[in-house]
Amino acid sequence: MTGPTLYALTGAALVGIGVFGLISARHLLRRVVAFNLIGSGLFVFLGAAGARGGAADPLPQALIITGIVVALSASALAVGLVVAHARASGRPALPEEDEEA
Amino acid sequence: MSALVAVLVLPLAGALATVALPGRAARIAASTAIAATLAAALALAAWVAARGVPRLEIGGWAPPVGIAVEADGLAAAMIVMTATVMAAAGLSARHMLAPGAAGARAAFGFWPLMLLLWAALNAVFVSRDLFNLYVGIELLSLAAIGLVAIEGKAAALAAAMRYMIFALAGSLLYLAGVVLVYAAHGALDAGLLTDRTPARTDGLALALMTVGLMAKTALFPFHVWLPPAHGGAPAPASAMLSALVPKASFVILLRLWFDVMPDQATEGALALMAALGTAAVIWGGLAALVQERLKLIVAYSTVAQIGYLFLVFPLAGGASAEMPWAAGAWNGAVFLALSHGLAKAAMFLAVGQWMAARGGDRLEDLRGIATAMPMTAFAFALSSITLVGLPPSGGFTAKYLIMTSAFAAGQWGWALVMAGGGLLAAAYLYRPVAVIFARAEVPDSPLPSRGRQVVPLILAGAAVALGIASAAPFDLLSTGRPQAAGEGL
Amino acid sequence: MTGLLPIFILLTSLVPAAITFFLRQESYRLRNALNLGGAVVKGALIVAMLVAVAGGASFETAIPLAPGLVLLLRIDALALLFVSLSATLWLLTTIYAISYLGEKPEQSRFFGFFSLCVFATTGIALSGSLISFFIFFELLTLSTWPLVAHKQDAASLRAARGYLLYALPCSTILLVAIVWLESATGPILFTDPPDLSGVDPASLRVIFALFIVGVGMKAAIIPLHGWLPAAMVAPAPVSALLHAVAVVKAGAFGVIRVIYDVFGIERVAELGVGTPLAALASFTIIWGSLRALQQTEIKKRLAYSTVSQVSYIILGVALASPFAVIGGLAHLVHQGLMKITLFFCAGIYDERAGVRSIEGLDGLGRRMPWTSTCFSIGALGMIGLPPIAGFVSKIYLGIGGLQAEAPWVLAVLGASTLLNAAYFVPLLYRLWFREIAPDAEADERAPALVGPAVAAALAAVLAGMLAASDISPLGWATLISERDYLE
Repeated sequence: MTGPTLYALTGAALVGIGVFGLISARHLLRRVVAFNLIGSGLFVFLGAAGARGGAADPLPQALIITGIVVALSASALAVGLVVAHARASGRPALPEEDEEA
Repeated sequence: MSALVAVLVLPLAGALATVALPGRAARIAASTAIAATLAAALALAAWVAARGVPRLEIGGWAPPVGIAVEADGLAAAMIVMTATVMAAAGLSARHMLAPGAAGARAAFGFWPLMLLLWAALNAVFVSRDLFNLYVGIELLSLAAIGLVAIEGKAAALAAAMRYMIFALAGSLLYLAGVVLVYAAHGALDAGLLTDRTPARTDGLALALMTVGLMAKTALFPFHVWLPPAHGGAPAPASAMLSALVPKASFVILLRLWFDVMPDQATEGALALMAALGTAAVIWGGLAALVQERLKLIVAYSTVAQIGYLFLVFPLAGGASAEMPWAAGAWNGAVFLALSHGLAKAAMFLAVGQWMAARGGDRLEDLRGIATAMPMTAFAFALSSITLVGLPPSGGFTAKYLIMTSAFAAGQWGWALVMAGGGLLAAAYLYRPVAVIFARAEVPDSPLPSRGRQVVPLILAGAAVALGIASAAPFDLLSTGRPQAAGEGL
Repeated sequence: MTGLLPIFILLTSLVPAAITFFLRQESYRLRNALNLGGAVVKGALIVAMLVAVAGGASFETAIPLAPGLVLLLRIDALALLFVSLSATLWLLTTIYAISYLGEKPEQSRFFGFFSLCVFATTGIALSGSLISFFIFFELLTLSTWPLVAHKQDAASLRAARGYLLYALPCSTILLVAIVWLESATGPILFTDPPDLSGVDPASLRVIFALFIVGVGMKAAIIPLHGWLPAAMVAPAPVSALLHAVAVVKAGAFGVIRVIYDVFGIERVAELGVGTPLAALASFTIIWGSLRALQQTEIKKRLAYSTVSQVSYIILGVALASPFAVIGGLAHLVHQGLMKITLFFCAGIYDERAGVRSIEGLDGLGRRMPWTSTCFSIGALGMIGLPPIAGFVSKIYLGIGGLQAEAPWVLAVLGASTLLNAAYFVPLLYRLWFREIAPDAEADERAPALVGPAVAAALAAVLAGMLAASDISPLGWATLISERDYLE
């Protein structure tokens, strides 16, 4: 198994775990983590896709860094919202899914 | 050319300035940034109309390494519409979100978020790079979510949270598609991808991107986040969210299906998109019929109107792209997006002023408001005319073009969706119009000045004027349009 | 310069409308001056054009809206027939309405929408393309709605909602018909009959039916007539507008345009859709009269009478024989003159004697002689008594029926005349031969109300007596049919 393939499979696995978490979790923080997992998986996959023909492609690296910055700010806002929502409603889950949280 | 840079940089600079400067100075900075960006948007449109499509390769790097931005007619039209709505929302927000009226936090947060939203919208409209578009819509969603949550009430926070989940899921789906495209072609520039050799994964990539963008556009069945989010935000924020934000992801969809990968458009996929649009028209219309709060009626109407936009895909995409009727559908959809934006913003701003005067937006609260505030009531009525698609209005021109195109294509079912949706819109807008124009004992309450009341009327007037003086916007749209929008019937 | 004439004519109604909306309730003089001034200027422009068009001139202005969407305004003989009718009656109705409304509230809104209605009607008349026609047709719907709802009480609001409930679905159907046809032929101009040979006859029949539903609703063809009797709760000037000046006339005019300028007589005959339409019109004539018999309120009886009478026009144009067409076209004007007389009088009875139901008419003839004379002229004209205008229409329609080899038309006309008599004669009997209740208060010291009624009644008589001359409605209808339709 070549390096890029390994990376690609890892990325796919991360996406899979993230999707599972997104579907199964009610707790909003868990969902935020799941989003981050999916995002990271996609970035790993993108890095692997860049290694075409053996030589490293610098472009995906730049994209991944940009993507990480975007994901970070999204996560920050999301966590802030989760905290504010939990304080206001007393629950860390959305109202319509409350019973299991 | 410098106008193209200005529409991207000015709102961003304004957003930074409003964060850095203290209270009063921040509001002055915001007003300056709004006025300057509006001027830049108009200058850009004039440039495009006179000289064609300006293109900028950032930092002098050509794709695939660099990022290109281009303002074609579609982008220029959207940018002007955005600037109009933003300026109107800004004018209304000076009072509705003054520190005394909305609390210090909302008063501080509104201006940077609004300007950030604006910068993101303009970036999405002109960007030619799929990854850059991802960054743009992510920034757009984050600013929009912030605006929904700005007042910090429990219901608004829940709405923002729900919006966040849909928006992030949508972003990730879109990103997954982008990754697949890069893996297959090693390029993300729209121009380069148009001339690519199709790969096996292209269909999947397009599907992922499309579903992600549908979630962000709030197309049925991904619409559930929209009504509480748009109904719960402060009125100027609702105006921007409903009028502009869904249009950004819709424009990306147009670019993907008509510019980047027209070869991947299978008949079934195109019909499925329009079928979802049909479901949105019906569901949004029926839901709007039973709401008791006016803001929710207006928000569900957005769900329905978004549905119309997706009728363009089978009529102008795939095998239809080379047919004479494609142009009508494409232009009609863009016209609908423009006039809906203006009309919907007018509605939300009018409702916002009524809420300030009456303390609520339940239909019963608003009985007879037309007597006290005739100009805003007239604005609401004019906007309703556009949304229903009655002549003369931008909404009618769009409806006529799309329906003609549907009959010419032999796909008359979509024309009936347009026609039936118009009736449904008439039904759900009749209730609020009848209530606000009803005769009632009007309680005395302080009214906004005439200068502020006229703002929604100007927007609504612009939506109607789109239908009367549509020649100029049409010429603008024809600049740099895709093949599907070429010479038509 | 002459190309701008249609625009000037439109502006004579639009400008007063636009200014009136912004006037305060107290600005009675300015508002009245604006509306009367607009009506008078319009009348003058129309007279100038009547002369020019009689000499063979035509006027045209095109305003492009979007590719394929052209607002084409043009003046042909048929347009002028309708425009001069609506402009004349607008002037009379404005005088009447100023007095009728007195110092009642919300006058700026009323007169604003009133002028807008007339603007839309003029636009319908002058439309030279199908899409312009539709745009003005819709504008008429929208500007009529606030007038029907004007009193803002529960009954008015219900009537106004009922009006929209009929109007909006039918206009949607009309739009579907237009779009369907134009998607096959391109934009349709009335100057240049479209080439329909590319569309299969079955589709054409469906499209024709959709057109008739779309425009026929405003002409109150059964079963699309329900809104009209309900709308009689509106103030009397609005009834005049609905029944004579604008709305039902616009519907009938639309049917004429569809048959002659969209499809063309030959195509209609080829498709075999004229006879069913004539049959529907005949049914409406009889049924409307039967329903009128059952009404005990004056205005409701008049409303059903309109349902019945407007279908005379449709019957005439659907039969498509020369005399029938002329009779139908002339009846467009005749019915307007007679019906507006009746509604003016009904409004006077209501305002000056508090009478709305038929029983209340007892003996009013002697107390209100001018009003009652006008009412009698209108009613006798409707029945078809010579020399009043209605008689001329019926004669022409009858002969036209024979020309079209449809002798059953005579039976319809005969039955309708009997029914007309049955529902009008009792009213006249009460007016003139019953004794008035001793405590009744009734007078007609309101020259601005009675004047327009007298003028309209006089016009109805003159239109009948001078029918043979070139300037009568009949003469003009003959000119239209000879010049444009029957070659």
